[in-house]
Amino acid sequence: MHLILKQPSVLPGFSLALGFALFYLSVIVLIPLSGLFVKSSSLSWEQFWNVVTTPRAIASYQLTFGASLVGALINGVFGSIIAWVLVRYHFPGRSIIDALVDLPFALPTAVAGITLTAIYASNGWIGQYLEPLGIKVAFTPLGVLVALTFIGLPFVVRTVQPVLQDLDREAEEAATTLGANRWQTFRAVIVPELWPALLTGIAMAFARAVGEYGSVIFIAGNMPLKSEITPLLIMTKLEQYDYTGATALGVVMLVTSFVLALAINLLQWWSSARHMNQ
Amino acid sequence: MSIQVDHVTKRFGAFTVLNDVNLHVQEGELVALLGPSGCGKTTLLRILAGLERPDQGRIFLQGTEVTDQRISERRVGFVFQHYALFRHMTVADNIAFGLTVLPRAQRPSAARIQEKVHDLLGLVHLQAMADRYPSQLSGGQRQRVALARALAVEPKLLLLDEPFGALDAKVRKELRRWLRRLHDNLHVTSILVTHDQEEALEAAHRVVVMHQGNIEQIGTPDEVYENPATPFVYQFLGDVNVFHGRIAHDRILDKEAGEPLSADADASDQREVTFVRPHDLELSLSRTTPTQLEATVQFLITAGARVHLELASKEFSEIIAVELTKERYRELKLQQGDVVFVHPKQLQVFRMPSPLTVKS
Repeated sequence: MHLILKQPSVLPGFSLALGFALFYLSVIVLIPLSGLFVKSSSLSWEQFWNVVTTPRAIASYQLTFGASLVGALINGVFGSIIAWVLVRYHFPGRSIIDALVDLPFALPTAVAGITLTAIYASNGWIGQYLEPLGIKVAFTPLGVLVALTFIGLPFVVRTVQPVLQDLDREAEEAATTLGANRWQTFRAVIVPELWPALLTGIAMAFARAVGEYGSVIFIAGNMPLKSEITPLLIMTKLEQYDYTGATALGVVMLVTSFVLALAINLLQWWSSARHMNQ
Repeated sequence: MSIQVDHVTKRFGAFTVLNDVNLHVQEGELVALLGPSGCGKTTLLRILAGLERPDQGRIFLQGTEVTDQRISERRVGFVFQHYALFRHMTVADNIAFGLTVLPRAQRPSAARIQEKVHDLLGLVHLQAMADRYPSQLSGGQRQRVALARALAVEPKLLLLDEPFGALDAKVRKELRRWLRRLHDNLHVTSILVTHDQEEALEAAHRVVVMHQGNIEQIGTPDEVYENPATPFVYQFLGDVNVFHGRIAHDRILDKEAGEPLSADADASDQREVTFVRPHDLELSLSRTTPTQLEATVQFLITAGARVHLELASKEFSEIIAVELTKERYRELKLQQGDVVFVHPKQLQVFRMPSPLTVKS
C-alpha cells in the first residue's frame, strides 16, 4: 500500500505525530468499538436481525434519532440566535448569559433530567400552564425532545459564536450600500459564511443527543413503544443479562451514528469546498 | 451629485473625530480627502455613505438633506480598503448583487443583469474572471471587482475608502491612473480617501487636506502643493526642512527669496518658522551672497532620478535635506565631506505659537 504523505517539511514530527494519533485512536476508540462487534457476532445473522427489528426496538430508534434530529435543528435555529446576540450586542449581564450557555455541558445529566421533569410535570412551574392547553411534556416523547434540546444547545452556540465574531463586518456594510435590506444581507452574506460552522454545531448536538441517557430517563416515562429511547432499551437488556442482545442494539446505533456523522461531514466538506476553493 | 457637508461634528466617546467640518463638492468632481490615519477622513466618508451618523450637522446630496436617510436610499457606491467582496460568490455574482437585491418591480431581467455584468467586467478588464471566486484573484483584481460591483447600481456618488491602500506600490500607481481615466469617462461624483499624498495629488481634481478632525486646506493639487495654507499641509505634502529661531531669519530668510522679518517677531509670543522643500534648496561651492548658509555634505544617495543629500550645519542642530537633479549634481561633483553654501529658491514662513511661552 502506498501512503500519501505530505511533502517533507522542515517542521519536525509528522511521522511521529501520525503514529501517535493512530495509536491513540485505536486504544481509545477503535478497540472498544470492535469489542462491540465481536460480542454481537456470537449471534447468527437471523438472530441478530430478529433482535434489532422487534417493534419495541424500532420504536426506540425512531424516538432516539427522530427526537435527536428535531432537537438539533431547534438548537440550530435558537443557538444561532443566542450566538448572534452574544456576539453583536453588549448588554449588562452578557457574560452571565454567556456562561449559562455552557451549563448543559457541565451539569450532571441526571440533575438536568430531574430538574426538567419537575418543571414540566403537570404540577410543575411550566407544566401547570401547559396542562390546561392539553400539552403534556413530562413522561411523553415531547419530554424526550425537551431534554435532548437542552443538552445540545452549547454545541451550536459554541461553534457558531467564533465564526460570527470573525465575520467581515465590511461585507455586510457593502451589501447594505448596494441596497440590500437586513434580511437580504442576512440570507445572502451572513448565512453562507455561517453554514459550515452551523452544520458542525447541529451535527455535534445531534450526536450528543443520540448518545444521551441520563437526562432522558427521568423525563421520558420510559413506556415501551412510546417513550423509550434505545440507550434505555440497551440498559434494560443488560439488566436482564442479555448481553448479546444489548450489543446488537449497540451495533445498530453505532453504524447509524457513523453513517450520519459521515454524511454530515461530507455535506460540510461540500458546502465549504464549493465556495472557498483557495 | 453635488455634496454639501454642513457643520458636521462626530465624536467617539471623548474623542472628536470630526470638528465642525464644512465641505462642498461639485457634481462630477473627483475629490481626495487626504490626511494621516486618525484625521477623520474615513469617518467623513462613512457619514456621507450613511454608514455613520453625525452627532451634529447636516448632509445634503443634490440639495436634498439626507442626514437621516437610509443607506439604501442614497444611491451611493462604496469601495472598501479590504475589498469586502462576498467570498462565497463568483465575481459575476458579486457584481450582480446590487441588481439582484432590487425590489422585484425595479429589478432588471436575468438576461439584462447578465448583460450588464458582462459590460462591467469589460470596463474593469476582467472578462475572463467572471466565474472565479474572489480568493482566486490578486489584490488589484479584487479591488476592480469591488469597483464594478459598486458601479453596477449606477450610483450618483462613488465613495472610495483607501481603495488602493492594501496593494503594492506598482499596482497602486497603475490603478489610480486607471481610476482617473475611468472617472473622466463616467463623470460620477467621486470622493477618494487616502493617506498617500502622491495618490491624492495625481488622481484628484481637488484635494481636501485633513488633520485631527479639521479641514486644513481645500484646493487643486497645484494649489495645495505650491501654496500650503498651514505648516501641517506643508509638511504632509512632501519632504521639508524646518528652520526655527533667529538664525533662520538671518541666514535662510534672504530678503530676495521671502518676506522680510517683522520687527516684533521676538517680542510677541509667536515665533516664525521657515519651511523649505529639499528641492528648493540651491547649492553652490563658493559663497556668492552673505546670507548663504555654510554646511558640509554628510551623506548622499545617488541612485534614482534625483540625488538626495544630507547636510550638517554648525548653526542648526537638525540635518538639512537637499534634493538635486542629476545634472546639477554632476556639475558640482559633490563628495562626502565637501563644504557647500546653501540658498533657498523658495520658502514659506509660518507664525506658530512658541513652545517656550507658557500659557496659563
